[in-house]
Amino acid sequence: MTNLKSRLAKEKRFKFYGIASITLALSLLSLLFVSIFSQGYTAFQETKVQLYINFDQEILDPNKTRDWEIIKRSNFNLLIKNSVSELFPDVKGRSKKRKLKKLISNSAEYQLRDYVKKNISVIGTKKKIWVLADDDLDMLIKGYINRILPEDERRIDNEELKWIEILEEKKLIKKFFNKTFFTSGDSSESEQSGILGAFVGSLFALSITLVLSFPIGIATAIYLEEFAPKNNRLIDFVEVNINNLAAVPSIIFGLLGLAIFLNFFELPRSAPLVGGMVLSLMTLPTIIISSRVSLKSVPPSIKEGALGVGASKIQAVFHHVVPVAMPGILTGTIIGMARALGESAPLLVIGMVAFIVDIPQSVTDPATALPIQIYLWADTPERGFVERTSAAIMVLLVFLIFMNSLAVYLRKKFEKDIS
Amino acid sequence: MNITTILVIIGLLGVSAYYTGIKKSLVLREEKLLHSTPIYHGAILAVNSSLASILFIIIWLFFEKNIFLELSSSRYILFTISILIFILTAVVTFKKIKHEFKARDKLEKIIELFLLACSTLAILVTIGIVLSVIFESNRFFSAIPISDFLFGTHWSPQMPIREDQAGSAGAFGAVPLFTGTFLIAFIAMCIAGPIGLMSAIYLSEYASKKVRDIVKPLTEILAGIPTVVYGFFAVVVVAPFIRDTGNYFGLEIASESALAAGLVMGVMIIPFVSSISDDVINAVPQNLKNGSLGLGATKSETIKRVIIPAALPGIIGGLLLAVSRAIGETMIVVMAAGMSANLTANPFEAVTTVTVQIVVLLVGDQEFDSPKTLAAFALGLVLFIMTLILNYIALHIVRKYREQYD
Repeated sequence: MTNLKSRLAKEKRFKFYGIASITLALSLLSLLFVSIFSQGYTAFQETKVQLYINFDQEILDPNKTRDWEIIKRSNFNLLIKNSVSELFPDVKGRSKKRKLKKLISNSAEYQLRDYVKKNISVIGTKKKIWVLADDDLDMLIKGYINRILPEDERRIDNEELKWIEILEEKKLIKKFFNKTFFTSGDSSESEQSGILGAFVGSLFALSITLVLSFPIGIATAIYLEEFAPKNNRLIDFVEVNINNLAAVPSIIFGLLGLAIFLNFFELPRSAPLVGGMVLSLMTLPTIIISSRVSLKSVPPSIKEGALGVGASKIQAVFHHVVPVAMPGILTGTIIGMARALGESAPLLVIGMVAFIVDIPQSVTDPATALPIQIYLWADTPERGFVERTSAAIMVLLVFLIFMNSLAVYLRKKFEKDIS
Repeated sequence: MNITTILVIIGLLGVSAYYTGIKKSLVLREEKLLHSTPIYHGAILAVNSSLASILFIIIWLFFEKNIFLELSSSRYILFTISILIFILTAVVTFKKIKHEFKARDKLEKIIELFLLACSTLAILVTIGIVLSVIFESNRFFSAIPISDFLFGTHWSPQMPIREDQAGSAGAFGAVPLFTGTFLIAFIAMCIAGPIGLMSAIYLSEYASKKVRDIVKPLTEILAGIPTVVYGFFAVVVVAPFIRDTGNYFGLEIASESALAAGLVMGVMIIPFVSSISDDVINAVPQNLKNGSLGLGATKSETIKRVIIPAALPGIIGGLLLAVSRAIGETMIVVMAAGMSANLTANPFEAVTTVTVQIVVLLVGDQEFDSPKTLAAFALGLVLFIMTLILNYIALHIVRKYREQYD
């Protein structure tokens, strides 16, 4: 017989293990959130440089036509070059000047072009304009490049640093809310890349998923729960298949999509259409299983009441049981959709992983999805993309948290309704 | 003329058929009550005729490629015939609308058939997976013998670029991939097993309701985080940390070590293990616990000697499901594990897994006649069979165990 003291000590130790493992799991969760937030929050700001641009009549519209078709083709880059040289009159030589101009993002000329298109009367005047800075400057301002490091260990050399410090002194560098990140597609330059393209791709794919898996999922659940004959071989086989599909690795669905949708039916590669179809096959089991649970928990008295006053079986189910079960079904659907939103492995296999700059216009255009964009950016070593990866993750997590809280809310409502 | 336009026109025709049906039955109702309400007469008219023409369109599309390849106007023929079929069915059904016509029964039969058709889709998907994987693997095994694939220890699937290039036929021995997969899954289970189990025990046996209500949703957040996020976490935080710690102690650790991928995968699986264990522990009858406590055992003794043995089959089933999850997990390993096959059991070295190689082989240009692409399907087949067996055993154990107490 062990004595009481050691038994109680064991009890205490055991309880401690429990607390320790929960604390460990939760601290890992918070470490994940903290590390992503601390790496990514700066991506919601972008650095801009103020330039005093001379919208030179000679460069833009020498014949004073004011015709946009002619102005469109003029050299907007030269405006930036001139303005930068004016700021630093003592910088001489072609290569030095080019280096100086490199502090400004090469999207600045498109920005100026759009500006002139909107305000054509600006030609011939001078104006102060904030233009996007290059990613190296951006990283320096955000503190990711250490100014104290020796010159050969940082991406910005001493000369550039001197220029930047002059700009800072003149208060010509400022951080703005990062609109680019939410309004543009992918780009090879980190300061010009955004998540809109991936977001639209995800939206298209998820719409296809919802349109396919929601009706089919509910129909299957209703049939299995309300109409299927009991002890039928076929029905048992269907149930085994559904349970098994719920546990099949998602990448296998990608192989199915590749072999059948792309190779056999010759649907377009990299398209949200195929992505949505594959994701819907993957989410179907989730929707079916949770819909069945909520159909099962509807009190039988509701159906029996309807049958008792003369409704047919279909009427009883569709007019009385399904409406009561609907919040529960929606909960399952939202959770399934949230899973589909975060899923990337099957999309990799069907080719939705490519460098796509344009925002997709339809479900058959090549596109990526949010998680794939995260994967692509995570592969890029540049610091500017690390920041954007974390920011894209934050956007993705915001959507997932929103969807999941909606699901929790509906579940609570459902539990209240049927009790 | 594309299919969408044809379908839209059929839809519009369906709507007009619906109202025509209602109109006729309303006139009939003036004389005597009908068997079904007018809505059903309209609906059966619309559903019958659109179903007939849509069915025809599907059959046509299926054979179009083989038979009508040279006909450029084939879509117009399709359009004309499908509209004709629509009108024909509509006229026949329209004539049937009488007082005693059982429109509701007919419509309900169609709805029930539709529900049945939807539920057989699950079977079709499974068949689709099995067929596509087996068909492509079969082509792979006709080029590479199955024994070389399953028992070979050298994996370098790069095929020669030119036919006459000597000496590099590509090697497809998958053993290093299997060992890598199991190594990472093993590390993951070493993390997720104890932590998941202990937190489930604590939450269901010790924690107050208040703590449980806060902690449970928090652990569920872990389950809802996309795997690509875990992958990024592994690459940016965990792998550098492990490498630096190793260097500090003088260990040589690869930055794509199996340890980093396994650790993060373990974190991902914790909520999975804990929620399954929670369910089985809660299913142990209160009488057993009360009996043990009444005999003077402490809470931990009750847990260790009564609850866990009683819940053991369920816990093992849950752990097996978790292993199958770990084996099939893709994104974490694609981002954090290595790309080149390495036959080792050392967790500090880089290994590659089955899922990583499927992605590596399929991303980029695909040629469906090269063994390189087909190898991905062979790996998929192995993965499918492995997870299928694990899931089957796990579900079998869990179900058998449930029967004992319910």
